[in-house]
Amino acid sequence: MNARRTRAVFQKEFRHVLRDARSLIMALVLPMFLMLLFGYALNLDVDRIPTLVYDQDQSAASRELVQQFRGSRFFEMEGLVDNYAAIERGFDRSKILMGLAIPRDYSRRVAAGEKADVQILLDGSDSNTASIALGYANLVVLDYSQKLASSGRNRTAGMRLSNPVEQQVRVLYNTTLESKNYVVPGLIAVILMIIAALLTSLTIAREWEMGTMEQLMSTPVRPAEIVLGKMLAFFVVGAIDTVLSVLTGIFVFNIPFRGNVWFLIVTSCVFLSGALFWGILLSAVAKSQLLAFQMGILSSFLPSFMLSGFIYAIENMPGVIQGITRFVPTRYFVTILKGIFLKGVGLEVLWSELLLLAAFSTVVFLLATRKLKQKLA
Amino acid sequence: MWERILVIVNKEVNQVLRHPRMRTMLFVPPLIQLIVFGYAVNLDADNIRFAWMDQSHTPASRELLAQFQGSRRFLLAALPQNETEIQNLLDKGDVQAAIRVLPGFGSDILLGRNTAAQVVIDGTNSNSASLISSYASSIMAHYAQTVANKQQGPRAMAQAESGTLNLRTTQVDARPRVWFNPNLISRNYFVPGVVANIIMIVTVMMTAMAVVREKEIGTMEQLMVTPIRPIELMIGKMLPFAVVGLMDMGIVTAGALLIFHVPFRGSFGLLIASVILFLLTSLGAGLFISTISQTQQQAIMSAFLFATPTFMLSGFAFPIRNMPVAIQYVTYLNPLRYFLEIVRGIFLKGVGVSVLWPQLVILAAYGTVIMGLSALSFRKKLD
Repeated sequence: MNARRTRAVFQKEFRHVLRDARSLIMALVLPMFLMLLFGYALNLDVDRIPTLVYDQDQSAASRELVQQFRGSRFFEMEGLVDNYAAIERGFDRSKILMGLAIPRDYSRRVAAGEKADVQILLDGSDSNTASIALGYANLVVLDYSQKLASSGRNRTAGMRLSNPVEQQVRVLYNTTLESKNYVVPGLIAVILMIIAALLTSLTIAREWEMGTMEQLMSTPVRPAEIVLGKMLAFFVVGAIDTVLSVLTGIFVFNIPFRGNVWFLIVTSCVFLSGALFWGILLSAVAKSQLLAFQMGILSSFLPSFMLSGFIYAIENMPGVIQGITRFVPTRYFVTILKGIFLKGVGLEVLWSELLLLAAFSTVVFLLATRKLKQKLA
Repeated sequence: MWERILVIVNKEVNQVLRHPRMRTMLFVPPLIQLIVFGYAVNLDADNIRFAWMDQSHTPASRELLAQFQGSRRFLLAALPQNETEIQNLLDKGDVQAAIRVLPGFGSDILLGRNTAAQVVIDGTNSNSASLISSYASSIMAHYAQTVANKQQGPRAMAQAESGTLNLRTTQVDARPRVWFNPNLISRNYFVPGVVANIIMIVTVMMTAMAVVREKEIGTMEQLMVTPIRPIELMIGKMLPFAVVGLMDMGIVTAGALLIFHVPFRGSFGLLIASVILFLLTSLGAGLFISTISQTQQQAIMSAFLFATPTFMLSGFAFPIRNMPVAIQYVTYLNPLRYFLEIVRGIFLKGVGVSVLWPQLVILAAYGTVIMGLSALSFRKKLD
């Protein structure tokens, strides 16, 4: 490989990039657009669960229980109804997600110190929202039950008792449990993968389609130099995209940045070059711009989005699919980004991910070079 | 007229199905999406790996551990000895939560003093973290209640002067009943959505390519010298993709019912009717993209730019009610949103026209307007 020839390819390609203003603007605007769109839309926080109350007891005790729900920011009381049918209608029309039904003998049982049941009705169609809502509802009732029990005991026994085993829950890394802190760092990885693969997937296919490949072949430039030169030209665009995405994450979405900037720069460079080589490989295989583009979308978007652990936790997947995710490079970069942003960890924890990304880059580079050699021969 | 349309349909079907690549494009994405959303997409927290650091080593602390392990949601993954080890485990992501029982836990309980146990949760994944937090809290609260009953009952008895004390304690229990999806299975929510999503992606992409391809390779001129009228050309171009859309719906629905056992509680006729209404919109949008594009490249780029926000803002994977209010209003403009509500209503809730009529009306209105507009612009381009 020759540095001078590589630079020549780089300069030629970079000029192409600069000249095609529309594509260049697209390459710079699209990531921002995707960042903002996904960052705002991908929200899994559950609060203000719309709830209807069916209070059959209508007593001071039952109103106190309802008050517990009203006081929680997780529930929003949509009103009181006087039959089950109204709750059913609310579910059918998706106006409410939860119903709280208090039985007729509730206050009598509470006063008598017996066990009283209250019914929580949930629309389970959105299973995630429903299970989180159920968790909150359970806690509200348990908490209230404990309060009642200890005050009952205090009355009868004439002493002060409280909760014997207190639970001190502490959340690390994302203390406020906001889903944007979880989503946005991974989002940067997903967007970079898509953009990088799309940017380069057209580059060699275009040379084939326009016939300029023949011209390149007649020069002394070697395949490895073509691949490297082309990658470097788009690397400049990709690096700008990376910086823009990271800045958007930090300043628009206020994601905490706890790690080392240099470590972020190094890992991004390794990942970006791998993603760009991937696009070049597709481009060398496909020969037509259209096919290259389709393969680029299919191989970067779907796996990065679904199988990288960016939103859908990998440990919940069946074993076979967990195995497949090991071949998705975005997975490692998502882990690295979440580690840097939220946990503030560095090389000492993330070295294996970095190593795998470097291996991916090298392998794809070698494959692209070999493919191009075959096609040229 | 129908004869000429049939000729176009014939030509189009032959053209599309001739390429093996196109054939795979039609039927592979639905299958991939079905499998990915059926198996991989899972927002539940089932096998929570946790670390247990017991500094008390008493029957009481072991009892608490047994409660966690018996819940079937928590998997004991590590037994760290000190704080640093806990920190390392969480940093590496080896465990999702760590529970620390302080020294004196057991003796406090024996003596009837108040005590505490710490739960440290990795909040990186805010969604699992809030599930873990609520599971852990409810296990601990139940444990606390049993401890309270055990230790406070006898004490109360001893202190009560009469000695015949009413020992029943007030307790309020939440009895959850979950409708439509009683086991709270993620795939029951996602898989019906795949039906809607696939129809949109396949039909928009395919029709977006349909007209522009003729333009690019110059066969449009040839078509224009034949006696075929624009409206016939348009119908002929879209009919095959309408059929593809319906077939994809069939494939995905069959897969959903047979492989994933997603409940189907509504009317199949209504599902087909709403698919046809939605096809008007998606085919119209594809045709419009095809008319305004000059090259296939532009067409596929525009289709991608149209499909991504439509997908993101439809409530397919991310609940609309969680989005910022301004964006929630934007989603009212999204036809896929209404189609998804209909599909989920039919699959999971078994509701019919009496409940879904507003969505059906909106979908029909969208279909008419978008189809009408793209037909108009299509004619204009041809003249």
